[in-house]
Amino acid sequence: MIFVTIKKETDSIFAARFFYVNNLIIIMIIEFLSQPWHWSVSGLSLALVMFLLLYFGGELGISSTLRTICSVSGAGEKCDFFQFNWRSQLWNIVFVIGAVLGGWLASTFLASPTPVQVGEKTEVHLKELGISLPQDNPEVGGLVPMEVFSLGNLLSPTGFITLIIGGFLIGFGARWAGGCTSGHAISGLSNLQLPSLIAVIGFFIGGLLMTYLLLPLIYNIS
Amino acid sequence: MKYLKFLSVGVLFGIIMTKSEAISWYRIQEMFLFDSFHMYGIIGTAVVAGLLVTTFIKRKQLQTIEGEKIKLNPKNMSIPRYLLGGTVFGLGWALTGACPGPMYTLLGHGIAAILVVIISSLIGTLVYGILRPKLPH
Repeated sequence: MIFVTIKKETDSIFAARFFYVNNLIIIMIIEFLSQPWHWSVSGLSLALVMFLLLYFGGELGISSTLRTICSVSGAGEKCDFFQFNWRSQLWNIVFVIGAVLGGWLASTFLASPTPVQVGEKTEVHLKELGISLPQDNPEVGGLVPMEVFSLGNLLSPTGFITLIIGGFLIGFGARWAGGCTSGHAISGLSNLQLPSLIAVIGFFIGGLLMTYLLLPLIYNIS
Repeated sequence: MKYLKFLSVGVLFGIIMTKSEAISWYRIQEMFLFDSFHMYGIIGTAVVAGLLVTTFIKRKQLQTIEGEKIKLNPKNMSIPRYLLGGTVFGLGWALTGACPGPMYTLLGHGIAAILVVIISSLIGTLVYGILRPKLPH
């Protein structure tokens, strides 16, 4: 009888220690993953995502979901471009729902201990434009300037141009170019597609025009 | 079950987008200002590793999980379409600091204003669909 009790006690001590060590390991893993990831780790993981999507019978190309959503909403009745079998693209809609979930999980459980760190030249440039720095926006981990990304700002010139016109250009341009950063810069370049290289050159022509010429104009008039 | 695997890869993608900080407006500004190697490193590594992935798939004639041939769609050659469309996209990318992947991911971060960007991008797609016959391709 005594023997049995002792055995039970050692068992429970063992179990407690096991769970303690287990929890420590989980906490260590979470802390490790919560650091901002090195670019090489991020790039390799993106290639893994590309491989998994191909292996599962899909492909990496996110902007096509916008066309699918238009088609699901009935745009095909008015316009041929949206007449296609959108059911064959549902996997991609599920994929981006996953991305929303992943964003939520990462912001809730894997939040970085420090806000985004940007280079000095960028900080100086942002100060000139009067845009808040990452460290001024700790509530979103310094990811975006909240004065621009707020619904209250929607009707101000900067808010309207950034959110409404910016979004429009993304949707229009991505479909015209037949893909976005994921479809051309990652999937396309990985498959040595010359059209994708031309598209990426276009992305940079537009991006540099906006960054060096238009953004200073937009942020100085308001 | 068929869709659960895509949901899981999507979750992984959202976590990568967040932890790589590719969803940050600031990171995109920094990239276009050539002030950091970070974004170029991410895309560069993904392309080099992706090149190995596509080569592996072609060499081994790998099949999908459902036993079909993996499709690596070649893109039709044209210059105006990719250059002009790409430029329009780039203008939007630098302005909102988000491309479609980060757009969806930021929604998960509870940044409600990104919903406006998503709706506007749907309108942009719709208008492209309507104007498509008149645009150079």
